[in-house]
Amino acid sequence: MWLNVVWFILFVFIIAGYLIMDGFDLGVGILHPFVARNDEERRVSLNSIGPVWDGNEVWLVLGGGALFAAFPIVYAALFSGLYLAMMLVLLVLILRTVAIEFRSKRSSPRWRTFWDWVFFGSSLGIALLLGIAFGNILEGLPIDADGFVHARLNDLLTPYALLVGVTTVFMLATHGAIYLSMKASGELLARVKRWVLRLMLIFFVLNTLVVGMTAYLREAVSTRYWSHPWLAILPATALLAATLAWVMVRREHDFIAFLLSSIMIASLLASAAVGLYPNLLISSLDPRYNLTIFNAASQPNTLTVMLVMAFIGMPFVLLYTIGVYYVFRGRVKLEPGGY
Amino acid sequence: MDPLTLSRIQFGLTVSFHFIYPPLSIGLGILLVLMGIQYIRTRDAKWRRLSFFWVKIYGLIFAMGVATGIVQEFAFGTNWPIYSRFVGNVFGSLLAAEGIFAFFLEGGFLGLMLFGGNRLGPRLWLLATFLVALGAHFSAFWIVMANSWMQTPAGYVLQETQFGLQAFMTDFASVVFTPSFIPRILHTFVASWMTGSALVLSVGAWFLLRKRHEELGKSMIRLALPVFVVFSIFQVIFFGARQAENVTIHQPVKLAAMEGIWNDVACAPMTVVGWLDVANQKTYGIQIPCLLSFLAHGDFNATVQGLNSFPREMWPPLQITFQSYHAMVNLGLVFIGIGLLATFFYFWGQRLWTNRLVLSLLVLSVFLAVASSIIGWWVAEFGRQPWIVWGLLRTEEAGSPVLQTHQVLLSNIMFVLVYAILFVLFIYLLNEKIQKGPEPLEEMEERPVQTLPDTFREIFRRRARA
Ligand code: HDD
Ligand code: HEM
Ligand code: HEM
Repeated sequence: MWLNVVWFILFVFIIAGYLIMDGFDLGVGILHPFVARNDEERRVSLNSIGPVWDGNEVWLVLGGGALFAAFPIVYAALFSGLYLAMMLVLLVLILRTVAIEFRSKRSSPRWRTFWDWVFFGSSLGIALLLGIAFGNILEGLPIDADGFVHARLNDLLTPYALLVGVTTVFMLATHGAIYLSMKASGELLARVKRWVLRLMLIFFVLNTLVVGMTAYLREAVSTRYWSHPWLAILPATALLAATLAWVMVRREHDFIAFLLSSIMIASLLASAAVGLYPNLLISSLDPRYNLTIFNAASQPNTLTVMLVMAFIGMPFVLLYTIGVYYVFRGRVKLEPGGY
Repeated sequence: MDPLTLSRIQFGLTVSFHFIYPPLSIGLGILLVLMGIQYIRTRDAKWRRLSFFWVKIYGLIFAMGVATGIVQEFAFGTNWPIYSRFVGNVFGSLLAAEGIFAFFLEGGFLGLMLFGGNRLGPRLWLLATFLVALGAHFSAFWIVMANSWMQTPAGYVLQETQFGLQAFMTDFASVVFTPSFIPRILHTFVASWMTGSALVLSVGAWFLLRKRHEELGKSMIRLALPVFVVFSIFQVIFFGARQAENVTIHQPVKLAAMEGIWNDVACAPMTVVGWLDVANQKTYGIQIPCLLSFLAHGDFNATVQGLNSFPREMWPPLQITFQSYHAMVNLGLVFIGIGLLATFFYFWGQRLWTNRLVLSLLVLSVFLAVASSIIGWWVAEFGRQPWIVWGLLRTEEAGSPVLQTHQVLLSNIMFVLVYAILFVLFIYLLNEKIQKGPEPLEEMEERPVQTLPDTFREIFRRRARA
């Protein structure tokens, strides 16, 4: 039993890893048409994420694998149930992966502008679709007794889910802007700085709305908070981190602001996760059909093997991550051979 | 068409498209490591130029591999949810392991490899390249392990659960080392090394044909030709043969389909090229008597089981399995031919550099090598039908109960369109890079930013200075 809880925590950890790590490069992708005015500034923006975005995306791949292995019933239900939405996600993921690589391979301005917009659109698309998916998960999906979801694409586009989607876009754009403040210089930096505070403000308003609507409408989640009030420590952490991030941005401690923004993202995700616990997917048809971390999980044998693998693998992952970011630390200087 | 058939088409298409790239990046990775070693050994600037050139191409290939690989990662859930539930305990953990052990290594160091040329010293850059190549090998390792479990499942028990029948892991070691794993992974690695070296050969030969960058072209051929020749030969006489032997033991009906053997026969012939007349149960073609019995059992008189020893509903699709298998084997022989011909002309007073015919064959080799890798998977996967997990779960039972025809149709159209566009762009950009050729070093190294020590000695020297 404790293994299921451990894997629930690890799964949330991996998704948080994705939102924090790939989140900032998605954010830069969303932001760069607005802050970068010419090819050189675009290249600075892209090169700020160039060496790391691919490694960041692996968190998503790992999330897929971990879900498949630890909670196969959820992997099967969620991805088959949201079929067309998943296909859209795959489409934007494909486009984004090739956009950044293709862009740099030719110097024609039209070619570059085209791929810049593809990169922008796909980054925005990923953030939006992920947010909508989160919204639907909090809202509950029509899961039947066999554990399958019967939903059509437009059933997923509820106002609540859309709101969560837009909020996610702003969350990641803010995160990306803070990252870019560490990397950019000159005029680009000045423009980014102006955008950070604006974006934070919009995100703050939107997120308050989401929290309000969740507390009010999403009973499964709000009842858990009423019965375990101490869980409120997580949303409180998020609020505190967001406020401090604001202060740090104003004082130009960009790295600390980035850490705080990461903490905020992680604690927002954790707030949603503990609200769902022990469910992974809530059935909107009948609570008995909920897929929980117990009935949807793999056997203890598999969970143990995977835990061992995670313990062996994760330290390496952290090591490479730190190493690579160390080599590419500091503000971006354009070099031949970059994007 | 029903959603199931469409899903099969989708999986076959997308995974075949994905598999254009991994063999190239696994193989090219090894060649990049060799180039880096050559540079450090000889300090000859041409190796550095070549590394810069090939690293860019690697980036392009890699991006395509990632873009198409992500699709595969999610395809099991979207189109094969019953399968996913059935195998999640076993297969899922191998897929997750691929993420932790392989993709992070590759994805993490890729940035250093692509952008590190100017920032890192040559040794550290080589290390980054080596780690990327290692990651690519690991990812093949885990995914082929997962696939091997589907071919020859072991180390599991079946249990009926609330959500249908599921396979539970009982013994991790048996899951890892299923009987078909070691021969397949070796065969796949060797195929990838052949493909990667064929790529380098082919570009080198192209430069010579076009009389551009001739010195660099020659260096590329000198580096890649031995790799190509040696592994082509070993592939056919050793690794490929091991595969066939393994199929005979564990999937005899697949072997019967691959070779078009209808009834149990002693001294079974091996067909070189042929055609199956399925209605009349006849195999036509050029045959070498008794060779199959020898390859499969090590004895010219051994009996090989024929298709009729198995119930018809266990037969895989016959013609395609047969033809794919023979295409792969014959291509394997063609590679040996090309390799030996080129070697011969090289040693015959360096005539290779001017012989347009042999150079053209070398240009062609990479296309054939990629094709035979994909076709090899067709043998394995079509030959596995009607099972999705050999002997345990049939493909027709593994699809999605919630999927509708228009949904799969729509997604199939999307994949065909997007992949076609990507492929055209990929070829276009690759061609452009190759036509432009390696850039002069001065341009690459206007402003070397040496920020990190390159050797242990340097680390200590810096310490001492500090
Ligand atoms: C350059 C590529 C290449 C070449 C020249 C060959 N193969 Fe191959 N073959 C592959 C690339 C490949 C592959 C893509 O790597 C496969 C697909 C699945 C696998 O494990 O390896 C494969 C599969 C595969 C299988 C099916 C295994 C299964 O169903 O589990 C057999 C029996 C052989 N090979 C045998 C041979 C023989 C006898 C060859 C001798 C000429 C040969 N291959 C050359
Ligand atoms: C190693 C990981 C792989 C796994 C786990 C895997 C798994 C599967 C699955 C689940 C199917 C669907 C069942 C079906 O359509 O019949 C399938 C079919 C197929 N796969 Fe694979 N596959 C792998 C690698 C490959 C590769 C690399 C190729 C080709 C390059 C390939 C070629 C095919 C083809 C052509 C089919 C369609 C066969 C048919 O529908 O009859 N597979 N495989
Ligand atoms: C159907 C099964 C398969 C799945 C689910 C799958 C999944 C993936 C994923 C998610 C990626 C992107 C990783 C990243 O983000 O860095 C990828 C790339 C890769 N895959 Fe596959 N893959 C499959 C088949 C195969 C096979 C059969 C091989 C090798 C034998 C292979 C070897 C690789 C390699 C080497 C890469 C790195 C990218 C590249 O080099 O092009 N994959 N795969």
